[in-house]
Amino acid sequence: MEHLKEDKKTKLSEFPDAFEQARIEKGYGEIDDQNDPVTMLLRLKDVRKTAHNWKTFISGAEPGRIVVPSEVHIRDIRQIPFEVDPPEHKSYRDLVEPWFKRPLEEGYQKVLKTIIDELIDEVLTKDQFEVVGDFSLKLQSRALTTLLNVPYKESETWIDWGVHVFRSEDTDLDGGKANILFDYLDEKIEEASKNPGDDLYSLLLSAVVDGKKMTKEEVKGVMILTFAGGRDTVINAVTNSIAYFAEHPNSLKRIAQEPEITGRAVEELVRYFAPLTHMGRVVTEDTQVCEHAIKNDSRVSLCWASANRDSAVFENPNEVVLDRKVNPHVSFGFSTHNCLGATHARQILKILLTSLAEKVSDIEIKDAKENIEEWGEFNRKVGFKNITVSFN
Amino acid sequence: MAKITFITKDQESIVVEGTAGSVMELAVQNNVKGIDGDCGGVCSCATCHVQVDPASADKLGEASEIEQDMLELDDDANEYSRLCCQLQVTEALDGVVLNVVK
Ligand code: HEM
Ligand code: FES
Repeated sequence: MEHLKEDKKTKLSEFPDAFEQARIEKGYGEIDDQNDPVTMLLRLKDVRKTAHNWKTFISGAEPGRIVVPSEVHIRDIRQIPFEVDPPEHKSYRDLVEPWFKRPLEEGYQKVLKTIIDELIDEVLTKDQFEVVGDFSLKLQSRALTTLLNVPYKESETWIDWGVHVFRSEDTDLDGGKANILFDYLDEKIEEASKNPGDDLYSLLLSAVVDGKKMTKEEVKGVMILTFAGGRDTVINAVTNSIAYFAEHPNSLKRIAQEPEITGRAVEELVRYFAPLTHMGRVVTEDTQVCEHAIKNDSRVSLCWASANRDSAVFENPNEVVLDRKVNPHVSFGFSTHNCLGATHARQILKILLTSLAEKVSDIEIKDAKENIEEWGEFNRKVGFKNITVSFN
Repeated sequence: MAKITFITKDQESIVVEGTAGSVMELAVQNNVKGIDGDCGGVCSCATCHVQVDPASADKLGEASEIEQDMLELDDDANEYSRLCCQLQVTEALDGVVLNVVK
């Protein structure tokens, strides 16, 4: 173990840019996926323009098709607002947007602070712990009860599902595991429709969108996304931040001394980690991006992770510059479908950094296994399968 | 000291005074509706979009290329659009009138 620590001392919190060469030379990469290939767009400007152009690059295709790897064979249900295009998209967004802005309220932030402080105090009593399962998953699940406004104890169920509830270790597409979530949601939606409360289920069940009452199927389509979209992403962001501070103790001290940079530090860590690598769109006409021809009814993906390292826009893109002042990253997407959970995720990370800076002076990595995604020719580190640390 | 007027989408006029920081921060401190400042002012979220009243437009400098690139892909943007997290509160802004877009 000692030698691993020495060799890896500066490496574990490093997230290399897997796309640099292809981004500079061509601007795109190609991956095969179940005979429905995807052209990954790698430059920031192309990613933004394409995300903005929802008419030629749609999200409202066959359910599951804009996800890579494609989920068309494992689900029929449409995720809302994620797989809906304007103008309907806006009706759904307008409905849920105020709810997802609640993290800006002081009371909400207090609840999150209590959740996070308790968890840090809990792991501080241990000699060592595994971050992904024993910290990040718990934090993500407990914080989600605040976002949905459901009882805290629901988080115990979600934690028991484990890290791989929607994605199994060996096969990326495990229909059986997704069913755990679908069955759970059916049950909760039934409960809320019999006994409406002040949770997100009840809000959606009573909602009227474009003159039509939302169906249970649609409510489920929204709820799936708040579970699935906010799970791995938050877990990776939290875990990777801890790995970063383990290897950069001075950054944690700096946040304690200059709390006013916390917001910028969050944006920079989120830029650097890009917890969601890319997301697809289906093309509705023959077109081109960065002088590359793209065929009607094929797929492109918007590679947020690559765009965030584009040296045409970012100085020292491969460095974490904790107080980066201008930081137009796309980790939370861009334009129409930008992340609905971003306000919640940002608050979690802001409070996490503040509490770590208050309570923890030193983090030591004992052991770690990286999580490397394979996208055609690209191997991208997105986080850790597991990482054991001690807090002091 | 600069006196800045925000006019929200529902035509409410809010006059605030500031000495330092960004215009976005000033708006958020004063609960100006429609300015959320989600990204804390690093030019990544566009939730601080304002349009400068043409009469006071000459009080402001040029937007940076990064800011212009963000605005270029905002459907509600016009020639008077700015992301107000990129505007520093200084004497020069005294009297400026900003229309909140969202
Ligand atoms: C650090 C954490 C997170 C990251 C990096 C992230 C990233 C993203 C990205 C890149 C998109 C754009 C997808 C596209 O353009 O097709 C997106 C959309 C979305 N995210 Fe997140 N996300 C995070 C956390 C969350 C959380 C906590 C939730 C909810 C609980 C959530 C819910 C959503 C939803 C509902 C959408 C779709 C919005 C729409 O289509 O209008 N995300 N997210
Ligand atoms: S506050 Fe995010 S761009 Fe201005």
